[in-house]
Amino acid sequence: MAIYLTKESKVLVQGMTGGEGMKHTRRMLAAGTNVVGGVNPRKAGRTVDFDDRAVPVFGSVAEGMEATGADVTVVFVPPAFARAAVVEAADAGIGLAVVITEGIPVHDAVAFHTYAKSKGTRIVGPNCPGLITPGQSNAGIIPADITKPGRIGLVSKSGTLTYQLMYELRDIGFSTCVGIGGDPVVGTTHIDCLAAFQDDPDTELIVLIGEIGGDAEERAAAYIQEHVTKPVVGYIAGFTAPEGKTMGHAGAIVSGSSGTAQAKKEALEAVGVRVGSTPTETAKLVLARLEERDQRNS
Amino acid sequence: MDLYEHQARELFEEHGIPVPRAAVTGSSKEARGIARVLGGRVVVKAQVKTGGRGKAGGVKMAADPAAAELTARQILGMDIKGHTVRKVMLAEPVDIDSEFYVSYVLDRAAGTFLAIASAEGGMEIEEVAATRPEAVARIPVDPAEGVTSAKAAEIADAAALPPQTVDVLVRLWDVLVREDALLVEVNPLVRTKQGHILALDGKVTLDDNARFRQARWGADEVEHDDPLEAAAAAKGLNYVKLDGEVGIIGNGAGLVMSTLDVVAGCGARPANFLDIGGGASAQIMADGLSVILSDPAVKSVFVNVFGGITACDAVADGIVQALDAVQLTKPLVVRLDGNNAARGRTILDERAHPLVQQATTMDGAAARAAQLATAN
Repeated sequence: MAIYLTKESKVLVQGMTGGEGMKHTRRMLAAGTNVVGGVNPRKAGRTVDFDDRAVPVFGSVAEGMEATGADVTVVFVPPAFARAAVVEAADAGIGLAVVITEGIPVHDAVAFHTYAKSKGTRIVGPNCPGLITPGQSNAGIIPADITKPGRIGLVSKSGTLTYQLMYELRDIGFSTCVGIGGDPVVGTTHIDCLAAFQDDPDTELIVLIGEIGGDAEERAAAYIQEHVTKPVVGYIAGFTAPEGKTMGHAGAIVSGSSGTAQAKKEALEAVGVRVGSTPTETAKLVLARLEERDQRNS
Repeated sequence: MDLYEHQARELFEEHGIPVPRAAVTGSSKEARGIARVLGGRVVVKAQVKTGGRGKAGGVKMAADPAAAELTARQILGMDIKGHTVRKVMLAEPVDIDSEFYVSYVLDRAAGTFLAIASAEGGMEIEEVAATRPEAVARIPVDPAEGVTSAKAAEIADAAALPPQTVDVLVRLWDVLVREDALLVEVNPLVRTKQGHILALDGKVTLDDNARFRQARWGADEVEHDDPLEAAAAAKGLNYVKLDGEVGIIGNGAGLVMSTLDVVAGCGARPANFLDIGGGASAQIMADGLSVILSDPAVKSVFVNVFGGITACDAVADGIVQALDAVQLTKPLVVRLDGNNAARGRTILDERAHPLVQQATTMDGAAARAAQLATAN
């Protein structure tokens, strides 16, 4: 069943005909994603050949949805045009917009998040690797060949830490992995994913990866205490980050005494989440936790 | 990017927010002339991007132009919390009747902006919020509507600010939106004994992501106190200088942050943050290595790459080419994991550089790099 994305999902790609769009559409198709079309008003009516698959290009998200029944869009358009692209997708009434683009001005993100919320469109990102339901569908740029389908759900601010954990736990496998993005304002939060994984019968354990900046992890901890009965294992990056410096991700910054890794770790541990000190130790905690669970159930 | 106080003041002035007369200079001689123009008696304020200037002696009154020159000389070059004072702002003194606080900040959790206002200005707002939370009003602003006069009146009313501040609140929102700011703060916003409203001190943080449409923030606006950060920025690298001895290169911001932590957990200190991104090309690897090797504090370098879309053999090819382009002077520990890891490791083994060693796990590689850095 997984969350947000299944083999039934019909995916449009906004910006498919650009360099990144072409490269990753090919990869998405290879991973089994049902890519039903691209969107580019200047190339509407053409088709693009990806190996054995010809993908039509539509003039707008609305046209693409009408022709194909698409319910997901993956956005690769450059930062200056991302706001218009997301607003267009929300106007067309798409259910899920996955915004890969890095470098979108925060005022634009605030505007399109508010707008999408009013239209009932879920946004994942921006500045994210997207999400993957291994063996079913891949919407974004997560490498599909480093893990397999399984019973772990993963939500993370970081792309490469997601890949690292997917790879370390490849023998167990994943229901869905969601890279929510490293920008200060993101559409889908840790809490949204925790809620979805809690309700997903395919997910037995949840891995939550966080990093410095903001208080999303602290709020996730409060949510876990109230609403999550499945085991959660955490990892937080950025203990050594100095105050006031942006560490790669626009949202990864410790401001004064707020947004520190230590505070996030403590908040999670206070509600019973085991937090690994390295990615590898985190993977070991996951294995131990699953073993306990299996023993209890046998 | 944070602005200096004098830059914030200029932005406020452009948007019609009343500010005291002032000018900025890096020369104490010029300070004397500026003081004369401003009427003799002035406040001399260090321009640094950190709080607590006053306590550090960076804000002083000068009674006349000669005193202004002397005071400017004392303050220029001063070190305030690691920031060197390169400029001072001289401003006309103001007779303060009351001090307020107003700001618009990004509310990351709500995904929108928040107006924060208080009739108790002049001190750190966190302190006021901690001791007397009822004295701080927090009002969410709908980004589609913005701050209209009615909204500004609501904010002023909630914080018990005088009605004269409504105009400032509207204009301050304009600064936030038109300049692509993430934070605009006026503290204190004062009412003078003569009854005027003035923005006495301000803080503005601009959104680096909006640089493409904010043409006036030229590259010269970005100052790097650290020469290595400046060199890295010139090469387009995502680099932050730290105080340790293990140089770090990795792909992906999260993985690099994690790498710093794991190295620190092994008892060494990371010398830098450097994210070379997913592609990890030979050129960017060579650029990154050359910046890190030019840091005299670095004793060993740890290259930590997870091969996803760019598989490990391509990354290893990049490292080999970078080793031909850069004279390696310090031991390099490489950890390649992910797609085609075995092939990548073989490529590095075949290169057999005497200063390069490999480890198969991130934790093992971090321990080795830490050991090499702290050995002597």
